[in-house]
Amino acid sequence: MISIVPRGSSSQSMFILAPIFAIFLTLFSGAIIFAFMGYNPFEALKIFFISPISNAYGISELFIKATPLALIAVGLSFCFKNNIYNIGAEGQLTMGAIFGGGVGIFFHDVSSFLILPMMIIAGGIGGALWASIPALLKIKFNTNEILTSLMLTYISLLILDYLVVGPWRDPDGFNFPKTRSFGESGRMPILFDGLRIHFGLIITLILLALSWFVYSKTMFGYQLKVSGYSPKAARFAGFNKNFLIFSAFAISGAFAGIAGIGEVSGPIGLLYRDISPNYGFTAIIVCFLGRLHPLGIIFASLIIALTYLGAEDAQLFLQIPASVGFVFQGLVLFFLLGTDLLVNFKLRLNSLNG
Amino acid sequence: MNPYLITIDKIFKRYPDVVANNNVSFNIRKGKIHALLGENGAGKSTIVKILYGLVTPDSGSILLNNLVIKFKTPSEARSNGIGMVFQHFSLFESLTVSENLILGLEEKISFKKLKDKAIEISKKYDLLLDLDSPISNLSAGEKQSVEIVRALLQEPKILIMDEPTSVLTPNESEDLFLILKKLTDEGKTILYITHKLDEVIKNCDEVTIMRNGNVITTCSAEGETKETLAIKMLGYRVNSPITDYNSINEEVLFQAINLSKSFKDPFSTDLKNISFNVRQGEIFGIAGVAGNGQKELMELLTGENITSIQGKIIFENEEITKLSTKNRRRLSIGFVPEDRLGHSAVPELSLSENILLSQFLGNDFSKMGILDFKKIDSYTKDVIKKFNVKTPSEKVFAKNLSGGNLQKFVIGREVNSKPKLLIIFQPTWGVDTGAESFIRQSLIKLSKEGSSLIVISQDLDELIEITHHISVISNGILSKPLETKNLDIKKLGMMMGGSID
Repeated sequence: MISIVPRGSSSQSMFILAPIFAIFLTLFSGAIIFAFMGYNPFEALKIFFISPISNAYGISELFIKATPLALIAVGLSFCFKNNIYNIGAEGQLTMGAIFGGGVGIFFHDVSSFLILPMMIIAGGIGGALWASIPALLKIKFNTNEILTSLMLTYISLLILDYLVVGPWRDPDGFNFPKTRSFGESGRMPILFDGLRIHFGLIITLILLALSWFVYSKTMFGYQLKVSGYSPKAARFAGFNKNFLIFSAFAISGAFAGIAGIGEVSGPIGLLYRDISPNYGFTAIIVCFLGRLHPLGIIFASLIIALTYLGAEDAQLFLQIPASVGFVFQGLVLFFLLGTDLLVNFKLRLNSLNG
Repeated sequence: MNPYLITIDKIFKRYPDVVANNNVSFNIRKGKIHALLGENGAGKSTIVKILYGLVTPDSGSILLNNLVIKFKTPSEARSNGIGMVFQHFSLFESLTVSENLILGLEEKISFKKLKDKAIEISKKYDLLLDLDSPISNLSAGEKQSVEIVRALLQEPKILIMDEPTSVLTPNESEDLFLILKKLTDEGKTILYITHKLDEVIKNCDEVTIMRNGNVITTCSAEGETKETLAIKMLGYRVNSPITDYNSINEEVLFQAINLSKSFKDPFSTDLKNISFNVRQGEIFGIAGVAGNGQKELMELLTGENITSIQGKIIFENEEITKLSTKNRRRLSIGFVPEDRLGHSAVPELSLSENILLSQFLGNDFSKMGILDFKKIDSYTKDVIKKFNVKTPSEKVFAKNLSGGNLQKFVIGREVNSKPKLLIIFQPTWGVDTGAESFIRQSLIKLSKEGSSLIVISQDLDELIEITHHISVISNGILSKPLETKNLDIKKLGMMMGGSID
């Protein structure tokens, strides 16, 4: 018989080490899975996790994938720390891309340094507006934000679908479901010649630093923390609960929206159906793997970004379906929850004869 | 052969953070009420849980009738004749009394047989029991009777009672002791856990005193006084202050006028026309047994729940009925709710951060929303020093402080801001006696400096020690105030039992 008993006090270092253990366990079980599929596990793991980042181009691609993940995840941390489960970041990203992209399409033949900032701001506003719907529903009617934010994701994807096949379709696009390209002024500047890594990375780093500052040094961050740990204490203090719910949603929506505009004005350059390979959902894993902390989120976003790249390489060189990347993401989350359990609880073997 | 029913020999139990029982040894005689006396955290519960099979000791042994016993589960303990009545009732509120009784039994038995047996027991010991009434209709005393009958159904030789009077009125407590007396007359043995000194003196035969996980002594209760027991329990002499009415100014600072609120929730008590005045420098006490509307009244006074109140709250001649907690605090009203962990303090935050919880207004702790931790830390250090909070630093998490220290901190936080009015719910609930007397003294000191206090407490001794006037709340109705110095304890007890005119 095995029983699970609380440890009483949980160690701070284990709290940080647990995600690292989770990653090693993921690699280990990944190797076993590859072996069962008939591949040399070492070879497969090398193709999956090492070869994608063995040159400058690969590293630049890693940062391209990690940028939206980290930005969305740090936005989500405002919600999750406050015990609000916004899982509609994918929809907020889409809305941000639509709002910002709309600006880009409208000014596609105008050349001005103001266009990109306008697109970024519009993207943030779009994401925030979309996130404020579940926020207001929760405040007014106490609806479950998990359901509303998720359902709104599908609505936003359908809106994007409608726009790219309908009113915003590229007139010279041979009826492909995509919009016209943004003008040169509507594209994120490239940071290094020959690589695709773009200015979105800088925006993300700035917003990460800002989030850290808000969390640890401001009254607003303090209020979020208190109401996340203990709603009763927040009521005792007299904090405005509805304001906190609304702002947490608005911030995470704005960050997801900016991530969305970063994608479409960065590598893509126009709007079409599949602007995001589930960044909004994967960012939830990144957020928890990074312990809701900006620094942790940076590391977590790089690791999860690697699973995207590895999956592409595995498909190319090993003919393994790219969805194996999602298997790895799932494994990371599974092992993280498992190691978390063991940080706070211990297993006790109850021998039957005392 | 030893003559004792139970011999506890060098029981040692360590938890991750603390040694709960450090080689605890004592003996219990058959047919006696044996008290286990100590402050909260002295290790009483641990030793009892070991005896009842809920906790396994690291070392040491227990002899029952000279045989070594090692219970791994409570059901083993029960089948060996040990019953227990817990401090917190474990009854299903929506089921009837007899349904609850049958659920607690291990053997299969028909309802008919169970009822006969239960009626027989309740007659024998004068335990009033309505077998078909749902638990939710019962008072705390009646619920306890159900728990006692449930334990007696298993025909225990030893009955462990964990602080049974903490939820009872004085009259109900008297009745309980009559029942316990009958049980011992029949040869049953009672292990009675308490921290109330007068219960030990009046009702127990022998007493084992514990402090910090150690047994201080086991002695006969006869010949002990409250003072001698307290000295043994605490290791020092507590000096109790005497109520001084000189600090009261005739000016009325706070008025509650016909406050009423009805809840549509069966687990809340409706408040009915509550009125009282508090003058400047006065400590106004509200006594009563738990669950008579104290919690609901506290939420009206703090402003945490002000929807659909009738009546008025006046502070310094202005109506504040509709003001939020934050705005009441702006008027220099401080609050200390009952629950330290998660209400008056956030366990996962540091002491400094917890200072901010109620002191973020008007202290210059933030500029343009950016926190000034230097100022907050120095304020926190001040509170820690003035209120004798034992902690390595102001950066320690609130959850790492003992109950008494955290309570001193939480009360110190409010007292240090010198509020015009301080409203406290259960100021010394679950704290050790040292912290208790320190907190009471600091409340008295605050009133002498001109502040007014409203203290809602279930602890009568506390109210008698610190207040100037006491009203009793019973079933949502508040009595007229009585002057503390001429208090008629009998009358007060009757009022707490529900006879408020």
